[in-house]
Amino acid sequence: MPNDLAPLGCGQAPVLKQRGQHEVFCGLTSIIWLHRKMQDAFFLVVGSRTCAHLLQSAAGVMIFAEPRFATAILEETDLAGMADAHVELERNVSELLSRRPDVKRLFLVGSCPSEVIKIDLATMAKKLSEKYAPHVNVINFSGSGIETTFTQGEDACLEAVIRDLETSDKTQLAVLGALPDVVQDQMLRLLTQMGIADVMVLPQVTSDTHSVVGPNTHFICAQPFLGASYDEMVRRGAQPISAPFPFGAQGTTAWLAAIADRFDVPQSTFDAVIAAPKARAEQAIAKVAETLSGRSIFFFPDSQLEIPLARFLANECGMVLTEVGSPYIHRALVGHDLDALADHVVISEGQDVDKQLDRVFDCKPDLTVCGLGLANPLEAEGLSTKWAIELVFSPIHFYEQAADLASLFARPLMRSDLLRVGDVA
Amino acid sequence: MKLSVWTYEGPPHVGAIRVATGMKKVHLVLHAPQGDTYADLLFTMIERRNHRPPVTYTTFQARDLGSDTATLFKTACLDAYNRFKPDLLLVGASCTAELIQDDPGGLAEALGLPIPVVALELPSYQRKENFGADETFYQIVRRLAVPVERSENITCNLIGPTALGFRHRDDIVELTKLLDDLGIDVNVCAPMGATPADIAHLGRAHFNVLMYPETGELACRHLERHLDQPFTKTVPIGVGATADFIREIGTIIGKPDLAPSEQSRLPWYSASVDSTYLTGKRVFLFGDGTHVMTAARIARDEIGFDVVGLGCFNREMARPLRSFAKSMGLEALITEDYLEVEKTIAELSPELILGTQMERHIGKRLGIPCAVISAPVHVQDFPARYSPQMGPEGANVIFDTWVHPLVMGLEEHLLTMFRDDFEFSDSAGPSHHAAHTPNQSVNPTAAVHQQSAEIIWLQDAESELRKIPFFVRGKARRNTEKYAADKGFAEISIDTLYEAKAHYAR
Ligand code: SF4
Repeated sequence: MPNDLAPLGCGQAPVLKQRGQHEVFCGLTSIIWLHRKMQDAFFLVVGSRTCAHLLQSAAGVMIFAEPRFATAILEETDLAGMADAHVELERNVSELLSRRPDVKRLFLVGSCPSEVIKIDLATMAKKLSEKYAPHVNVINFSGSGIETTFTQGEDACLEAVIRDLETSDKTQLAVLGALPDVVQDQMLRLLTQMGIADVMVLPQVTSDTHSVVGPNTHFICAQPFLGASYDEMVRRGAQPISAPFPFGAQGTTAWLAAIADRFDVPQSTFDAVIAAPKARAEQAIAKVAETLSGRSIFFFPDSQLEIPLARFLANECGMVLTEVGSPYIHRALVGHDLDALADHVVISEGQDVDKQLDRVFDCKPDLTVCGLGLANPLEAEGLSTKWAIELVFSPIHFYEQAADLASLFARPLMRSDLLRVGDVA
Repeated sequence: MKLSVWTYEGPPHVGAIRVATGMKKVHLVLHAPQGDTYADLLFTMIERRNHRPPVTYTTFQARDLGSDTATLFKTACLDAYNRFKPDLLLVGASCTAELIQDDPGGLAEALGLPIPVVALELPSYQRKENFGADETFYQIVRRLAVPVERSENITCNLIGPTALGFRHRDDIVELTKLLDDLGIDVNVCAPMGATPADIAHLGRAHFNVLMYPETGELACRHLERHLDQPFTKTVPIGVGATADFIREIGTIIGKPDLAPSEQSRLPWYSASVDSTYLTGKRVFLFGDGTHVMTAARIARDEIGFDVVGLGCFNREMARPLRSFAKSMGLEALITEDYLEVEKTIAELSPELILGTQMERHIGKRLGIPCAVISAPVHVQDFPARYSPQMGPEGANVIFDTWVHPLVMGLEEHLLTMFRDDFEFSDSAGPSHHAAHTPNQSVNPTAAVHQQSAEIIWLQDAESELRKIPFFVRGKARRNTEKYAADKGFAEISIDTLYEAKAHYAR
């Protein structure tokens, strides 16, 4: 599996496009946080035992609460004929809905097997929506590993949700991306203080809130992996606001400023609203930056948060970037963050994991950000690691979390300074 | 199509990965989409392995499907061979690749690699993880094991341990020690720790020790047929089973008076006076067939528990487990439906669950203590300390592990005597577990005592009920309600409560 460029050391050249073995979860993984966020939703994956096992293994490492997701596992008989699979799915859905009458939104989530044998979940969703209207809305999206990578599952889900919204020319701000409740509340408080009260947040916590979209909707992404949702908003006539992502004091300020600018918030109001939290954030970051400053960092491609986080860590915490890998690079979304990175940083897109491992060993960064499959093997080789997946589960956005975000990266470094356990490899 | 919330086993290719990861100098090329690489974290995170599993995933994407996934597979094989230089290459397909029918075996053969290539048939839509491990190891043995001269001294092979197995790491050490004590050397332990060259030498051993039928039985049967090696049928978990196991070996090697020098402390611990509080405690067991059968025997014969129900998730073990259960006067629950297991446990209201990490979760929800006896397991089931299940030390570990979640002897009596003491209440759980308070927000019997909507508990009866220890309270409530319903009572008084108690007295 060839690389477009020969393997590079640290600190040279442009975007390195790779096509080889990927070591990243598929989009189904997004269900693990989406189902906690969307409280009247249920996610039914139509897939194989592998899909069910992925969901529980990825979840098992992190949470083990009562799930609002399940897998309709395809069996030999379902592969034989199409008609069967549809009837079977209807039976499963009715079984599920009778057991969970609280469900208002049912997502039929496609997987590799359902796509390869071409089960038409979009049509199924339409049919089931009619059948269960008005109590349950049935929506389809794909989380398959042949179409989506990790956080792209949320993107595909949101895209489907947006497609489903009614059109309206109401003037409003839309913020895209699932955020922890505490973070979302902080964000809404800041926006309200600036005088922006009409804010729609997607995904909605419950479907009771009436959400619409149209030409007077101005939208901004809070997560960098929402490329398809972004395109769908544009198709629906909404107007994008582009900014760096709200990580750290600078990122948050720039993100809020772009919104304030669009909504003609007076500069004095803006300054007054952000002054205190911004100062707090800067002070807190400065403390953590003592640990981070001057240390080098290498990103394996994982959540697509890599480029904005690299900007934060380099420009606000003084870290030295080596390679920043991302599964995909949406320039429309991460352009601002990308432009803020120094020229010598290697930016890689896609993955060929064995070659990337060679590069990380050549480079010996102080900290490596990677997936769960790679973390312990790298630790055993003497590299400090940070699990990328923790970043999509922790409150890391906006001012009050800026230092927490920095601390996530500082902790493994502090640990390797503290431990006196000899050679672990 | 089968609706599933949690599964007890992964797909068969995860079984293949368990074998490959346990072995040395073996590499597996798996035709699979990128998401399937999650399997790596089972080994690196849950088992805390410090190496990546020796697996190359082809990670084909939708855009490859139209063009040439076969070439992708061949390139991946070649790259893997050149990079890792294994002595044996395994090739297989995960569920998605099974549908696109690229024939990994044929493609890999065509490459003409200078090492043996074993093609795995892993029917993802029919079989599961344990089958995948059993089948993979069998195919490796079938391919590599050849007749060789028997060793001069008496030796055996240890068959069945894999990566990600429940306590396999320590069972190997314990059995090796036990066998050494009996004057028997271990020739090869496989799959765990074995190289392809070791597999070729399996035939030197005089017999095989089948440690885990779930993952080693096909190989043992093959070796019995083709290399004339008998294998042991007793899995030495528990004092009685370990003794039987030693007797079985004695018969195989013609030394009927084999005796170990070391004995387990379990018999004395069970016989000591403190353990009378264990007597008759109601336990429910669930897990893989082998671990459940061995654990049930220990529970009943070696601790004096009352086994009120048992079951397994692997259908391959359904038959032996059913007849075993029958011998205990019980009916086995054979299911991989987690909700069905939960329902059964709620109905039986045992005082202790011996299960998997799933049952630990059920126990948490229902407020019933649980000890883990079988895979699937979580990161805390790979302890740093030595904790086998097999042999004399295994029995010691089991005694400690099972007793640990329970309220200790005198403490139980004190709880019963002073159940109104606000600081010393049973709902606080055993005093040696600061954090083991049962989840009060979940009513363990909510699902099953709907009758209470019609039958009214009088205030006095309700508070009397609360004085009953929490682990039998659910059952008492249900029995009383059933009794009241049978008698046609509309209300439950203190008298009804005690009448029901007398009625249902064991
Ligand atoms: S990669 Fe495909 S088959 Fe594998 S878990 Fe994800 S959706 Fe299922």
